[in-house]
Amino acid sequence: MKAYVSVFRLRFINSLQYRAAALAGIVTQFAWGFMELLAFSAFYRVNPAAFPMTFQQTVNYIWLQQAFLAMFMMWYFDFEIFGAITSGSIAYEMVRPLNLYGRWFSQSAGTRMAKCLLRCPLVLAVALVIPGPLRMSLPPSAGQFALFVLSAALALGVVVSFSMLIYISAFFTLSPAGVRVITAAAVDFLAGGVVPLPFFPDKLRAVAELLPFASMQNMPLRIYSGNIAGTAALEGIALQAFWLAVLMVLGRLWMRRALKKVVVQGG
Amino acid sequence: MKLYIKYLAIHIKSQMQYKVSFYLMMAGYFVVSFSMLLGVYFMMSRFNTVDGFTFEEVLIGAAVTMAGFAIGEGVARAFDMFPVVISNGEFDRMLVRPRGLIFQVMAAKLELSRLGYIAQAAVVLCYAVPASGIVWTADKIITLILMIVCGGTVFCCLFLIYAALSFFTIEGLEFMNVFTDGGREFGRYPFSIYGKEVLKILTYVVPMALFQYYPLLYLIGRETGRFYMFLPLLSLLFVFPAYGLWRLGLRNYKSTGS
Repeated sequence: MKAYVSVFRLRFINSLQYRAAALAGIVTQFAWGFMELLAFSAFYRVNPAAFPMTFQQTVNYIWLQQAFLAMFMMWYFDFEIFGAITSGSIAYEMVRPLNLYGRWFSQSAGTRMAKCLLRCPLVLAVALVIPGPLRMSLPPSAGQFALFVLSAALALGVVVSFSMLIYISAFFTLSPAGVRVITAAAVDFLAGGVVPLPFFPDKLRAVAELLPFASMQNMPLRIYSGNIAGTAALEGIALQAFWLAVLMVLGRLWMRRALKKVVVQGG
Repeated sequence: MKLYIKYLAIHIKSQMQYKVSFYLMMAGYFVVSFSMLLGVYFMMSRFNTVDGFTFEEVLIGAAVTMAGFAIGEGVARAFDMFPVVISNGEFDRMLVRPRGLIFQVMAAKLELSRLGYIAQAAVVLCYAVPASGIVWTADKIITLILMIVCGGTVFCCLFLIYAALSFFTIEGLEFMNVFTDGGREFGRYPFSIYGKEVLKILTYVVPMALFQYYPLLYLIGRETGRFYMFLPLLSLLFVFPAYGLWRLGLRNYKSTGS
């Protein structure tokens, strides 16, 4: 366990070095969230009654989404891992006395968290003070906030364990770019990355909410503003824990199979 | 021009060496843009209109933006990777060759998998053009073509600006994504829905509304003045500041010395 924590820490510190890039990222994400919200306001003006969540909840959802982009979006891949598989440096990884699944898991979780921690405070700080209807609000209660933190941690786990499946698939395809783009687009869509799940048509929404993808950003972002509260929140968190367990078991099994007949690329 | 076609042929050949990966990549861009449009569909079926535009009308604007972006990125993708070209010294080699620099940079990489976006734009147009209820007279067809071509040019200019800025700094250029990727993302709705201030910026600073929003008004008959039909041409003026910035950067260029 200690080794994995070190891998996590190493990654974390490493990613903290890129501060200028982070500043540019903050500006980008802020502008992005602002534009998204302007679009939602336009729809809100058309028909406030057709809004499936309150406008304030939508505002909170979008700002949190931008702030935690690096943590929850599937397309933030760790290209070092793909590189290890396609270039053959996997051989070095395999002689290390660490479980490869655990090592890569902590590595990508660490990268995601560091990227996010660099960026989110400023985005959130600005979002919390801008005047007007686009200001983000504080969570309704301390209890709700605690649930949000718990749910966010689980969501990160689900995102990372799902991305592990994509990394492992690179053992078999070797040229993972196309698969990666397609999966990431589909996953992020079903996770509420393009449009929050409540805006989905009802039938599709009912199905989507049970899928593992709804256990990604959808759950914590909606818990924060109270769109999901009380027992519904606890149920949601239980579902997240369930999917996390399933995905991790699947990933480990698949990894073991992949490593049994791994071909080391390159020379 | 002949040389450019030769380069094009080489790029097609080399990218076709990895056929599966090429088609998968194309499919990838198709899915990405599809998921974006699905989002538009969900929103529009819930609210029916936005800022007075119907779903089909929104789609035409979205398809134009997507096609423009695909042309821009397909042709000028190399500028996106220009910081690398500078830092590995490749640019110094280009400087001594007897061909235009912009040409050399551009021809060095052509991203054909962006055809995925074009395919999506074509599919959307095939649906939206007849379904929108617009009577397609010659002037409207010309308008649509102008929109797409000028859109492609504006996106090319944005990539050129990105490259020009990397003469000065290679850090923190990510904010340009607001205009490039952001232009594609947010161009899925007519630019007027983002409010007056944003529309002003997109008219006078980065002229994306000139090839998307205003001519769209002409297409759907909300504005009848011929003026609106030719507004996309006005967006071509964006070439001047973009090229100027590139020249300025070039004059300031000091080799990285490798």
